[in-house]
Amino acid sequence: MYAVDPRRTASAAWADVWLGIDVGSDIALANAVGHEIIAQGLHNQAFIEGSTTDFDEYAESVERYTPEYAEQVAGIPADAIRQLAFEYATAQTAQLCWTLGITEHHTATDNVLALINLALLTGHVGRWGSGLVPIRGQNNVQGGGDMGALPNKLPGFQNVEDDELRGKFEAKWGTEVPATNGWHLSLMFEAMERGDIRALYVIGENPAQAEADVSRARRLLGDLDMLVVQDIFLTRTAGMADVVLPAAAAWAETEGTVTNSERRVQRVRKALEPPGDARDDLAILADLAGHLGHDWGYPTAEQLWDELRSLSPMHAGMSYRRLEEQRGLQWPCLDEQDPGSPFLHGRLWAKDPGDRGRLAPFSPVEWVAPADELSDEYPIRLTTGRRLDSYNTGVQSAGYSSPRRLGESLDLDPEDAARLGIGDGERVRVISRRGSVEAPARVVGGLRPGLAFMTFHFPDDVDVNTLTIDAWDPKSGTAEFKATAIRVEKV
Amino acid sequence: MTVQVTVDGRPTKVPDGATILDVLRGQDIDTPTLCFSDNLTPVNTCRVCVVEVEGSRTLVPACSRVAEDGMVVSTATDRVRHSRRTVLEFLGSSVDLSVAPNVADWMDEYEADTNRFGPNVATVDQPVKVQDDLYIRDYAKCILCYKCVEACGVDAQNTFAIAVSGRGFEATISTEFDNRLPDSACVYCGNCIGVCPTGALMFKSEFTMRRQGTWDESAQTVTETICSFCGVGCSLELYVQNNEIVKVLSPLDHDVTSGHLCIKGRFGWEHIQG
Amino acid sequence: MDLRLLPDAPTDPERAAVDGLLGSPGSSWEGAVARTSLDDRIAHGGSEARNRRHLLLPALHTLQDAVGWISKGGLNYICQRLTVPPADAYGVATFYHLLSTEAQARAMAYVCDDIACRGRGAEELVADLEAELGPAGEGVEATWERSPCLGRCEHAPAAYFRIAGDIPARESWSPVDSESLLAWLRRETTTLSQPDSAPQVDSGVEGLRLLRRVGTVSPGSLDSYREHGGYAALGWAAERGPEHVIAEVEASRLLGRGGAAFPAGVKWRSVAESPPGARYVICNADESEPGTFKDRVLMENDPFALVEAMTIAGLAVGAEQGYLYIRGEYPYAEETIGIAIDQARAAGLLGEIDMSGGFRFDIEIRRGAGAYICGEETALFNSIEGYRGEPRQKPPFPTQSGLFGKPTLVNNVETLFNVLDIVLEGGEAFAATGTESSTGPKLFCLSGDVATPGVYEFPFGATLEDVMEAAGGVTGELAAVLVGGAAGSFVGPDRIDIPLTFEGAREAGLSIGSGVVMPFNTETDFGDITRRIAAFFRDESCGQCVPCRVGTTRQEEALARLTNEAATGTELELIDDIALAMRDASICGLGHTASGAIQSAIGLGLLS
Repeated sequence: MYAVDPRRTASAAWADVWLGIDVGSDIALANAVGHEIIAQGLHNQAFIEGSTTDFDEYAESVERYTPEYAEQVAGIPADAIRQLAFEYATAQTAQLCWTLGITEHHTATDNVLALINLALLTGHVGRWGSGLVPIRGQNNVQGGGDMGALPNKLPGFQNVEDDELRGKFEAKWGTEVPATNGWHLSLMFEAMERGDIRALYVIGENPAQAEADVSRARRLLGDLDMLVVQDIFLTRTAGMADVVLPAAAAWAETEGTVTNSERRVQRVRKALEPPGDARDDLAILADLAGHLGHDWGYPTAEQLWDELRSLSPMHAGMSYRRLEEQRGLQWPCLDEQDPGSPFLHGRLWAKDPGDRGRLAPFSPVEWVAPADELSDEYPIRLTTGRRLDSYNTGVQSAGYSSPRRLGESLDLDPEDAARLGIGDGERVRVISRRGSVEAPARVVGGLRPGLAFMTFHFPDDVDVNTLTIDAWDPKSGTAEFKATAIRVEKV
Repeated sequence: MTVQVTVDGRPTKVPDGATILDVLRGQDIDTPTLCFSDNLTPVNTCRVCVVEVEGSRTLVPACSRVAEDGMVVSTATDRVRHSRRTVLEFLGSSVDLSVAPNVADWMDEYEADTNRFGPNVATVDQPVKVQDDLYIRDYAKCILCYKCVEACGVDAQNTFAIAVSGRGFEATISTEFDNRLPDSACVYCGNCIGVCPTGALMFKSEFTMRRQGTWDESAQTVTETICSFCGVGCSLELYVQNNEIVKVLSPLDHDVTSGHLCIKGRFGWEHIQG
Repeated sequence: MDLRLLPDAPTDPERAAVDGLLGSPGSSWEGAVARTSLDDRIAHGGSEARNRRHLLLPALHTLQDAVGWISKGGLNYICQRLTVPPADAYGVATFYHLLSTEAQARAMAYVCDDIACRGRGAEELVADLEAELGPAGEGVEATWERSPCLGRCEHAPAAYFRIAGDIPARESWSPVDSESLLAWLRRETTTLSQPDSAPQVDSGVEGLRLLRRVGTVSPGSLDSYREHGGYAALGWAAERGPEHVIAEVEASRLLGRGGAAFPAGVKWRSVAESPPGARYVICNADESEPGTFKDRVLMENDPFALVEAMTIAGLAVGAEQGYLYIRGEYPYAEETIGIAIDQARAAGLLGEIDMSGGFRFDIEIRRGAGAYICGEETALFNSIEGYRGEPRQKPPFPTQSGLFGKPTLVNNVETLFNVLDIVLEGGEAFAATGTESSTGPKLFCLSGDVATPGVYEFPFGATLEDVMEAAGGVTGELAAVLVGGAAGSFVGPDRIDIPLTFEGAREAGLSIGSGVVMPFNTETDFGDITRRIAAFFRDESCGQCVPCRVGTTRQEEALARLTNEAATGTELELIDDIALAMRDASICGLGHTASGAIQSAIGLGLLS
């Protein structure tokens, strides 16, 4: 097991090899691994020829990414890159797993594509035990996408702009569905900035604390004509709203399903009566529809799910009965006899080339440095992340008393702390090009000089996202939370 | 592949690799177990599941012994009853089993007399360790079944905050140098509580309610749902009393994490309580 | 793993001691004081680091030897070096009597108060030490503790003592007098008059085999060993090859001498025929059965024979690595064997062995740390692997899955000594001595109330009476003989005609075990002796399984009531019930045998 992470985390310590990469240089590393695999002739020629396209373009694109070049960019010794390339390419099975360290960059999609290229290069995809595994940070990030909470997809990842697919939904719903892609979150904030969005309905999200460059986010939310927030708490965002719709906690106070990282759809069930006026999201939406002149009645979660199954082929086989009996099923699950799919893309290995469907394209990508550049004025790279016992902006995790909870801090390498004359526990000011916060410093291992770490779990105490940059990935809309240039001063 | 085993005179075919306990369960032969759990590697330390196997000089633990072709197993002989009874007497005379599920029934069934060793015998009695708001550790109730150590270690959490220390009757479950749990490697996943068979490890919430006399299992409902805190999708069993969550376990037979959770799934529910 | 280390740092001597064993740390992640820029970019851990776990016990020994105890900082440093979680390492350290996780005086004496030394000066020695050094464990500069049998029963009283430091000193000595011992502990003297550990060999029969070189060969000289015929057997074995060797061992019908009397040839063949891959040979030299000292005598006096026999075993089963696991209380034997191994290696008789085409075999010594249970073969595996010395459930048997999960041949020291003659004479010739079911010679450890305690060799077939007569006969009037040690049984004077063969003992309901023959005369307080035996098993129970952990405690309590005139009338039934559960339901032999001596003493009326 290799762990590539700027910090030597507990997982990295468990790994056989930890490689301490510079924040935001993932493509340089991935391309160098690709370069080395090709240079050593370790690529899977048969798989490449039979199941992929655009290899030549890819090979050309990684030509300049020698391990030595990657060492300059990413900081990882060239020999270690060679070893990684060798071990990945020659492993019987190998997975690439990642979390937000890959995706919270302005090159998010390209970062992922660089990894996909490696899997295609070696054939580590579409087989048991091999593959590409984005590990999800929420219970239903995958499920949200499955259900069409993407600006360009209808439920079941069916393209909005495909007339036939859209027509299917229109026929079922008896209404017209906008024929063009919508906006993702970053585009929505741009639209708010332009004044194209004047009203916003926020369900179960706390952008007033969670957005990168949160000062800007708050300004834009505050400038709206109308803000409606539906949440289980009066979050900071809800505090700014014109209308607050109190909701029930989905996971313990309502019925429904969620989809986990491995595409397993599982049932959530109601164990508690929600407090006060809080109501099931479904009931709120149905009422809202009624007020807007559409009588949806009050469908049960199962009725809605069955409608989804009739529209989304990959969910068609997942009746509530089967989900209960089998404790979840992994999509695609095309009919009630389908046991579900433990892994995807097996078609690429079909014996008959005719059965392989659309071949998998290589996607040449180039490394681009993080948007928030280091400089003499802002010499330290801040990266943010979670701690085990807390969750996102702390709305749900602050309620219990964890013996492990440290509160917010600026984690500093001992050398940086010594250079700055900062002792463990001393309060410091952390300053980025967008804002500043005060927090206690913690002098810890697992970093290196020039690398600092904070969480975002305690925004009421330390508003870390006033520091982060909202440079975002044009393809996914994800902001570059992971790479902020800061300087640190004693208070 | 199957093997043929004879249990209490009845021949039966079982899959290759099945343990004797698997066979006994398949035959609905009630077999006491304490150190065994479906989601842990059998350590066969409690010896309450022992059975007689023809050709074996001593009794064998049903939980770990793999059934072999032609094996002849007896579960109701005097030897089996004697060892089970004596083991229960050993435990009952040295450990507080007052909240251990099923044990009282087994004591009756095997006619165990835990007082027979006399009044002034060694016990593991000691004060309860209450060192944080999530757990209590009451080692006066510990039978040293090793399950918590397994769950903390290679069988689930890979944290290794606790281990068996000392030796013999003085052996205990301990952090390094008996340091306080909050100062140890413990990540408060609670998987040790999830597997503890005697209530030695307990949710602070349950411990407090028991002390206050408000813990009422007959008034509790159990609902299975999915944790909200990350994308793993662990199954939660919410124990609810008076519309409040009082305990969270996870089903052992669930593929995703086999009954194991993390601190957030196990304890992070207070935000939805009044 | 989520290796959360302690905040405590090692002292310089602690760091030096651990580095002396493990080498300097490769990076700051592994404990180097200085961090390099490479450390910021790469770290190695994972399975490679975890595979060094087996060095845990040697590392703990190193700390104990260097500073006299295992401090938090020292333990933490070992954990960092070996990627072992501190709680786990603490669990291991607290398992062993000879390791202390609390600050302890640098000079420590362990005084045997076990059944052979008891009544032969042990209590007087303890009283003197207590008067001079204070209560057990409490002295600042020097202190003492009681100990189970130290394997020096022929010269009671015995003590094992050590001084921690840069150059640690460890000694074992008997008979020991308090004046010399105190002088040594106070560093007023460093030289001890070496005890006369030469065995009594007057067995009344011609042609000693196991003991024939003892006292004549120079233990520190390979040349001397060769002059006495050494390494002829290995030469023969290397020439003929493994199959021939195993065939001879099978033909010899040699049974294991460690106590379990398992056919050696079956084990050898099983390991030899295991699927290709690593396998190991282990010599079990953790001789700890109270009253047993024969292996110590062999190792101290004829070490090359053991090295040669292990090498033959390695050749026969295809193992490249052997381990000799020796109890921590045998410093001389450990040193003597260590010298022999070094000389053999230098002479090309270990390592890359240049004989008949060449083969690889080497031996590493692993030192126990005060745990009788580690003589149980699966507990011994765990101890070598760096875990608590707790026995494993069998099956799987060691020949299938032993050390590091690989096929492993475990033989006791005496068993291996027999191999040399088996190879040289042939298995059938070997089997011609002894009886049909108990072939070859056997060593007996005579101590207690006999005129000349010592190790005695007989061809199988001698009776209990023969053996006691060889040792000069019983002093006083015989009340009972303990046969087989604490795990054995008492035999009354009316049955001393029992032949000490495996089958003879079995017919008499006994086990000759490790060959202990300890007569007690009518002056003996058997209540005291049996309470010591009960305490021994309570102390030495690893605690893993309930029947043994609680059973040995309840047995001791019941026996105490019975023998202190506090009996309630239920004790005899209790002891029988406890014994049956321990025998039937315990994991290993310790629990199975923990009641035998006590029940037999009751049966003979020795406690009434």
